[in-house]
Amino acid sequence: MRLLKTVVFAAFALAASGAFAQTIKIGFITSYSGLNGNLGPYMERAVRLYIKQHEKELPPGVKIELLTRDDTGPNPDKARQLAQELVVRDKVDLLAGVIFTPNAMAIAPIATEAKVPFVIMNAGTAVITTRSPYIARTSFTLWQSSYPLGQWASRKYKTAYTLVSDFGPGHDSEDAFTKAFGEGGGRILGSVRVPLQNPDWAAYMQRVKDARPDCLMVFIPAGKTATAVMKNFGDLGLDKAGIKLIGPGDITTDEELPNMGDIALGVTTMFHYSAAAERPANRAFVAAWKKEYGTNETPNFLSAGSWDGTAMIFEAIKAQKGKLDPEKTMEIFKRYKNADSPRGPISIDPETRDIVQNEYLREVRKVGGQLANVELETFPSVKDPWKELQKKK
Amino acid sequence: MMHGGGYTVDARIRWPEWLPWIAALAGFFLLPEYLSLGARILIYILFALSLDLILGYAGIITLGHSAFFGLGAYVAGIVSAKLGITDAFVQMAAAAAAAGLLGALTGAVILRTRALTLLMLTLAITSIILEIANKATWLTGGADGLSGVVVAPILGAFRFDLFGRTAFLYCLAVLFLGWLLARRLIYSPFGAMLTGIRENTQRMHAIGAPVYWRLVGVYTLSAVMAGVAGALLTQTNQFVGLNVLGFEPSGELLVMLILGGVGRLYGAFIGPVAYLIAQDLLAKQFPEYWYLGIGLLLVAVVLFARGGILGLIDKWMPFSKPAASAKASAR
Repeated sequence: MRLLKTVVFAAFALAASGAFAQTIKIGFITSYSGLNGNLGPYMERAVRLYIKQHEKELPPGVKIELLTRDDTGPNPDKARQLAQELVVRDKVDLLAGVIFTPNAMAIAPIATEAKVPFVIMNAGTAVITTRSPYIARTSFTLWQSSYPLGQWASRKYKTAYTLVSDFGPGHDSEDAFTKAFGEGGGRILGSVRVPLQNPDWAAYMQRVKDARPDCLMVFIPAGKTATAVMKNFGDLGLDKAGIKLIGPGDITTDEELPNMGDIALGVTTMFHYSAAAERPANRAFVAAWKKEYGTNETPNFLSAGSWDGTAMIFEAIKAQKGKLDPEKTMEIFKRYKNADSPRGPISIDPETRDIVQNEYLREVRKVGGQLANVELETFPSVKDPWKELQKKK
Repeated sequence: MMHGGGYTVDARIRWPEWLPWIAALAGFFLLPEYLSLGARILIYILFALSLDLILGYAGIITLGHSAFFGLGAYVAGIVSAKLGITDAFVQMAAAAAAAGLLGALTGAVILRTRALTLLMLTLAITSIILEIANKATWLTGGADGLSGVVVAPILGAFRFDLFGRTAFLYCLAVLFLGWLLARRLIYSPFGAMLTGIRENTQRMHAIGAPVYWRLVGVYTLSAVMAGVAGALLTQTNQFVGLNVLGFEPSGELLVMLILGGVGRLYGAFIGPVAYLIAQDLLAKQFPEYWYLGIGLLLVAVVLFARGGILGLIDKWMPFSKPAASAKASAR
């Protein structure tokens, strides 16, 4: 009898709390295993840190529940299945996360069919946002970094060689750099695309060395691969042969720099985020990160993308007082602006639902005895150049 | 311990054999939120069944069965995305034909070898197919995957919906046909001959059985079944990625079959159910460490249940053993 009473009481308590509390469910898909499985936590930690800091700003009674799922690396089939389950079974209000382009592409039709807003916090192939009207991106596109990089490089170097991973973002990076470098009067000596997973770098590096370009532009998915590239670059003596290594920031991400060693010194990259940036908003972000996760931990660009993505989701929740309507949410996303993100001023382009942000030219230098990406030059408010080119066609 | 199967005079379907189908239909009505997982399980059952035919009954050890699954998946996808043919049955027929052709051609070559050589050759074949799919970006989408797969409503009426209702019933129907075929096969003289080859190849040669051609035959048939399973995956996902090819899916499938019980027909049913449900639960609880759980499960099976889950059931319930006549003839 007592048990029955307890149960009835508990049921009432639940029902009562249900009447007031509103839980916003976010289905968060990223990679915790497989290629770049170490990067998933950088995203999740950023989201959790933002929620922890800003939870009290939510309308009264509104709570956020984060449902995390592992897509096991570039595995579109798995990602699609997870998204479908999150939508059908867990009835999430929003989808978010995703490191790899193929996974984002596979999830896009689900977002469209289920009318679930989908915030992309990393995957950077330009075309992704065109795949569903319910996608908004807070990370970057490869064109955003590689195109200005090509413009800058063409003023400094005469010849270049490109080496990219053979998948969507790699093709984008190669296309963007080649176009800008050519427009600036530079000459591409050769281009090579390497398999996404586990390639042997030495053979490719030797080929580049034999071609003797002034600079080598490399894109590979950020993470351990970057360190392997850097090591092979040094081991085969490309630096001594006078070849400069440049690329979008994936080759010198903040969390991998300590593993790379001094060979990374002087590598020039174009990117939207560096943990070493001096902006007050970034300093506060890095300090909060270290306080939460330990002094040896540093956020990286995935953290920045996830942080801003969560901020954007918060804005939509606050504006709608906790009752999310997919269409209204997308309208709010399209107008989203933040003048003071850790990476500087950002906004969402209402036409393309893609991010507009500053790109920074950085060089790896020693700051206080540690390698860091030091920002030298700013290319303000870069819209995705690929979408701008498509408009002109 | 002998495995079941083989020629028997009494090949009628016994009542417990209807249980999986009743369970599947019950699942359809009782667990509407789990249908996409359910469809996935049904696909892997068909795939495992195809492996059981060659591994469990004919004794062909392979690490490359994903070659046929992946080829089927890609052919169904390409027929739809590149040629614009949206009829589900045409896509499936194309996938089955392509996988069967690959099975016959490669089988004719590699089945002349045995044991480790055979194992390496099967692995090589799926690796080659994987590399082709990776490189032929214009056809397969490469590492980005093949999107834009369209499947018209089945029989003009049943659209593939977000909840996976159509997908589930469609996969169930195809699996049922696959099961009827596999069952008929292993209870036939052909099946008995396969069991004989597995148990003692020399003796089969001695009694004048065409060992090589029987192996090529069953290998091709198994490839067709795996190709159909691949086509089902493409049609329910409307997407094909590189992860359907290579060592990993082959190994995973082998694990599922061993988990269920090899050479038992129903091992192919129980293995994928147990593996995929365990994976689903673990991955939800521990998105970062779920592989550990799967690993522990496998260690437990290898240590305590050598015959897989069905082997365990045998131990506890002796009457559940396969029909005595089947065993006798297999001996």
